[in-house]
Formats: sequence, C-alpha cells, structure tokens
Amino acid sequence: MSKRFDTLVVGAGPAGIATAVSAADAGQRVGLVDDNPSRGGQIWRSGASQPAAARNLLAKLDAASVVRLQGWRIIDSPTRGALRAECENECSDLFYGKLILATGARERFLPFPGWTLPNVMGAGGLDAMVRGGLPIDGKRVLVAGTGPLPLAVAAHLARRGAKIVAICEQAPMRRLIRLAAHLLNEPAKLLQGMEYSAATFSARFLTSCWPAAAHGKEKLEAVTLERNGKQWQEHCDYLACGYHLTPNLELPALLGCRIDDGFVVTDDLQRTSIEDVYCAGEPTGIGGVELALLEGQIAGLAAAGETEKAMKLAARRRRKLGFVRALRDATALDPRLKALASDATLVCRCEDVSFGALRNHANWRDAKLHTRCGMGPCQGRICGAATEFLFDWNPTSAGSGARPPVFPARVSSLAPSIEMHQKETQ
Amino acid sequence: MPDTMQSLVLTVNEVSVTVARGTTVAAAIAIAGGPARTSVTGEPRGPLCGMGICFECRATIDGIPHRRTCQILCAPGMEVRTS
Repeated sequence: MSKRFDTLVVGAGPAGIATAVSAADAGQRVGLVDDNPSRGGQIWRSGASQPAAARNLLAKLDAASVVRLQGWRIIDSPTRGALRAECENECSDLFYGKLILATGARERFLPFPGWTLPNVMGAGGLDAMVRGGLPIDGKRVLVAGTGPLPLAVAAHLARRGAKIVAICEQAPMRRLIRLAAHLLNEPAKLLQGMEYSAATFSARFLTSCWPAAAHGKEKLEAVTLERNGKQWQEHCDYLACGYHLTPNLELPALLGCRIDDGFVVTDDLQRTSIEDVYCAGEPTGIGGVELALLEGQIAGLAAAGETEKAMKLAARRRRKLGFVRALRDATALDPRLKALASDATLVCRCEDVSFGALRNHANWRDAKLHTRCGMGPCQGRICGAATEFLFDWNPTSAGSGARPPVFPARVSSLAPSIEMHQKETQ
Repeated sequence: MPDTMQSLVLTVNEVSVTVARGTTVAAAIAIAGGPARTSVTGEPRGPLCGMGICFECRATIDGIPHRRTCQILCAPGMEVRTS
C-alpha cells in the first residue's frame, strides 16, 4: 500500500502541526506522520492542561484536511521522494513532493552511578509518565538537570501533588541571570517563567548542583547531590533528571541533510541542503515552542510556493534566533559532570556497556565495533548523546554511517514494495 | 484524574490492574509495582525517556514482545508480561 502527498510532514509537535496547517491552508494535499499515540508532540501532550496557543492550533489541525498517520514511524527512505513508514500492523510507502522534517528533540542524559535504577527518569520522562497516568500525589521528587525543562516539570508535578525535594540546576547563577535578562525582551516567555517560579517557590532551587549518585536496591531510594565539592544525600521516590535537549537527527542524517555543529542547516525558507527537504523546529536549533511554530509556518508556506508570505515570517524568525544562542550558552554543561561516571557505571543501557569499557576507544564507531555500545534497540539514541559530551565523539554527524532502518522494524517491512519494484524496473 | 474518566481492567503478569482510560501501559506496569524489564546483565529497569526512544520500558503485550509500553495506551483485557 502507498500514499501520495504534495507535502509530507514528519512529526506532529508544534513545528509539524504548524507546517501541516499552513500547507493545507495553501491548498496542498498534506500528510502528517507521528510515532506517538496522539498529536501534540512531547510539549503538548494529551492529559495536560493546554496553553491557549496549543488549543487554537490543535483545533485548526482537526479542522484542516490533513491525512494523519498517528502511531506511524519512519524506518527508511527507499528511494528519492519516498519514505517507508510502519505502524502496529501495517507498512506503507509515503510519496511526497516536498518533505518537512519536524522530528523534534529528546532529552540528553548523562551517566552517573545508579542512573539505571528504576524511578530514575528524565525530567520530561517523568512528566510524560505522569501525564500517562503514573500516580505522583504525595511522592518525593528530586528534579535536576539544566535549562527550562526541569523548572516546567517541577511546576507541573507540584500542581499534581508531588513533594518537590529540590530543583538542581547544573549551571551557575550568573549564567541564569544572563538568560533571564534575555527573557525580559520576550514577555510571553517571562510570563511562563513566573508561572513556574510561583508554583515551585516552596522548593529549594540550587544552582551549580547535580546528582552525583542514585541509591536503592530494586528501585531508587536516595540521591547523593553535589554542590561546590560538598556532597549530601536526599531521600526521594523519583529522580527526574535531564541535561537539556538534543535534536532527533536520525532521519535528516539518513537523507543526507547537511548537519553543522549538531543541528540541521537551513536557509531562510527552512530548506535543507537536500532538494525538496525542509526542516523546522528543534532540529535546526533548540529554541522552544514559539520559534518552532514560526519555522513550521515558514516551511509550510514555502513548500506550498507562497514564498513572499514565508519571507515575511522569516524576518520575524531571525529576530528570535538570539534566544537560541542565549539558551545554548546558559545550558552549557559543567565539565565536572564528565567525572561522575566511575569505570563500572553503565553508559549504554541497551547492551550494558560500562564507562570503563568505553573510555579507551578512539571514536564512536570504534567503540560500537568493539563493545556493542549503541547497537541495542535504541540504536545509540541515549548513549550517543552522552558520549558526545563525555568523550567528544560524534555519533550523529552527516557521514556518520546513518543507515536504514532508522528505527527497529519488522523484517517484512524491509522487503521492497510493489510500487518500489515497479519504479525500479521502469 | 477527572471523575468523568472511565476506568478499565488489564492484567500485568496475570494480576488484574484497574487504571483510568488514557493510561499508558508503562504507567500500568509501574502501578502494578514492577520494573518493565531485566537488562542483559540482569538489572531491573524502568522507563527513562517516556517518549518511545530509550526502549527501557519494553514488555510483552498480548503475546507480542518488545513493545514500547510508554507509547501504548491500556485497553480492556490487555495482557502485559514483563521479563
């Protein structure tokens, strides 16, 4: 079975939805593919109280004539102009005129002793679990990491009845002040920030502080925190810890899009280095929802040939790029975090490969071949970003050997489809 | 949970668990008290990323192994088995 679209959008978070809506409004036949059970991406998850901007856009999406493939994931690009996608019991080739990659971002996790214990999760990870029905009322939660996400998560969990033990931010206060100064120019963001602090003012907010170890037998019981060389223990039921975000680059890399300094390179119209392939949202630079929405609109309009309208929005986008840089500077990781893992600490959680087994390898590829690091089901999505920081390895650069399937797939899904076979024999 | 949300019953390792509609299988496994899986060296593991990327929450659902339980919603009568 195959499907044909003028514009195919991968990812139904804010950037992807904005793309799909603006392309559909411009008369395009649009397909929107997303791996999650429902639309909204990670930030506009269902089960959450939605901000007004989200409600408006989701309503527009529901009213637009967009073919939605929810619960489908892309596994391959079998030929130019087509992606292969798989869902629970089906596989399909999706043919496109223009492709927009709005693949979003994931949390960066760093290994420390005990981080593989159950109930040690990402900041966004625990938040998603709670939105998915995990009871949190009355639980003691330690929130840690860097950037705005842990603050937002702490605020949400506190509203759900969690006792926030502390919020630990690895960056020093002076860098946060610089970021705050930047937010003053962005009233919407400032308002968000105030909302977070109001909900969490009763929790301790500790800068230059991070979890050094997690303890427990079958699951988490306590965390050792470290601040300015001093260590102490806190008892908690959950540790929610994420070191900012790292973009999902597997698909852009597979398609050969130029990636520079960890992000997909685009022009003013969100075009990548590959013809007819656009990119919008976090993969072009971590900049949050507002920027993602703007980039999605630009990409949707540009793909539909509405260049003039897209260029107008591109001017607005350029003014917002300062925030991307400010966020990047504020969340730069303290080099002391590299020293948390001991030789016995696991780095690759799929294949249980330890820090000690990895540290003498020259690069990501060498480590993969000798230790199976990054070769389990997650395909290096977790340990890859960790080794990027720990060893300066480069798991997701272009030419890093990204090859299909980009996601674990059924063997039957890898066979050539009838359409593909006909195309090749024509 | 809003009162209007209906609940449903599924089993985790043959023990009945009642959850609100809209609950993920990963949350149901946690409510049942178990880790989702055992790692290749025998460690208990639970969800990490909550968004279908880390594969730590994988379990067998209705006989199909290696399902990412954080991406799948509970259904009435579903049979979940952790390793």
